Amino acid sequence: MNAPVKTPNPVGLLAELTHRCPLGCPYCSNPLELESRTSEIDTETWNRVFSEAAALGVLHAHLSGGEPAARRDLQDIVAHCASIGLYTNLITSGIGLTEERVKALADAGLDHVQLSVQDSEAASCDRIVGYPGAFQRKMAAAKWVIEAGLPLTVNAVIHRANVARAGEMVRLSVALGARRVEIAHTQYYGWGIVNRAALMPTEAQAAAAIAEVEALRETYAGVIVIDHVVPDYHARYPKACMGGWAKRTLNVTPSGKGLPCHAAESIPSLEFWNVRDHSLEDIWFRSPGFNAFRGTEWMKEPCRSCDRKDIDYGGCRCQAFALTGDACAADPVCHLSPDHEKVAAIAQHAAEEEALGEPDYVYRAAVKTPLPAE
Amino acid sequence: MGAKRLGDWDGRSHARRGGVNETAQASGAIPRLPRGVRLKLDETRGEWLLLAPERVVKLDAIAVAILQRCDGAATIEAIVDDLAATYAADRARIDEDVRALLNGLAAKRMVDL
Repeated sequence: MNAPVKTPNPVGLLAELTHRCPLGCPYCSNPLELESRTSEIDTETWNRVFSEAAALGVLHAHLSGGEPAARRDLQDIVAHCASIGLYTNLITSGIGLTEERVKALADAGLDHVQLSVQDSEAASCDRIVGYPGAFQRKMAAAKWVIEAGLPLTVNAVIHRANVARAGEMVRLSVALGARRVEIAHTQYYGWGIVNRAALMPTEAQAAAAIAEVEALRETYAGVIVIDHVVPDYHARYPKACMGGWAKRTLNVTPSGKGLPCHAAESIPSLEFWNVRDHSLEDIWFRSPGFNAFRGTEWMKEPCRSCDRKDIDYGGCRCQAFALTGDACAADPVCHLSPDHEKVAAIAQHAAEEEALGEPDYVYRAAVKTPLPAE
Repeated sequence: MGAKRLGDWDGRSHARRGGVNETAQASGAIPRLPRGVRLKLDETRGEWLLLAPERVVKLDAIAVAILQRCDGAATIEAIVDDLAATYAADRARIDEDVRALLNGLAAKRMVDL
């Protein structure tokens, strides 16, 4: 029916260098089963993975975690990526960085830093991450990044505890000297599902935050680029998750598993390959997990006959599985999904929870390994 | 680019891409790619790209010719002069293209002026 489409080469690699992190953000996208330090692949293996990625056409290397600064070899990895022409983006909480370390990373050829800031109010930020003093350390890290001459993006994940300050976080980002800010409403994966009832704002709260941030685009035109990820639970159609399954980017976990996205392992029927046993090229083109949802042949109705199937690809496979138990179902965020009322019920529940005030978070069981810079 | 021809110097694509000229900078301004923004010849796909945080912009030959001259030393005026001489094209049209491209990229914080 459909002519086979040639699989495009990947443009981005999200390297989860470690799952270790001193913070416990309640929406953390890491899996509930965190990979241990002893299972992490070594520097040499990572460097091989990056070389294979560059040869495969990857342009951006996103160095993430957990907290990537927990890896003592971070600077060596950055230097290797720079030497082979990869664009390096450090995705950090700021905890574990020092002024000297930021300078050393800049000297090693780091291209860009994305710093998470969980709230513009210090006490709320510290509560969200479950780490006293985190806000002040983040502010210091932002200063060191700017002083090192590196471009800074602030990443702010929006949920009920900070939804009233979405605009304030744009202003804070400008004050910190960031050239770009991501205002990203929480997506419910990993720990985000566990904490969904505590995190989800009401539709009215989300709408007000979105309007405020959109208005700031004009205010700060040419000053800061605003990337805005709006929540899908209140949408009519699903998001084109990852720009299509295994179509643009891939993840490698701390232990070396190649995944199409950070949540892919939540679909238990899928088989993923490890970089210890396979080249990245093999993983990208030939591993069963990557090929599971490429194209449109796997789709069921209402996606199969939908004229949007090449626009949003039926939405998110992980969300479809999490909410319906069937990874081939339409993402129930879509109003055409037979399970759409489940999403509506969850959103309604959020409104009721909101009236009860702020429930406690379930913090991820952090393996609080001391960081080298501490 | 030995023949020093870019097919035709067609400013329309840049006018579309760059948008407005109202914020056209002074000719003495020195455009530069800030740290974190890089021109790259992507050998896998055989095309020139501008890499920025979370962004990949595909460039046509004209945009590449302009951005390769943004070396942090040359003024906009000098860049336009050089392009007009190199490609034997209408200077006013090149001037318009250069400003449209650079303004568009500056709005996305991919060029500093």
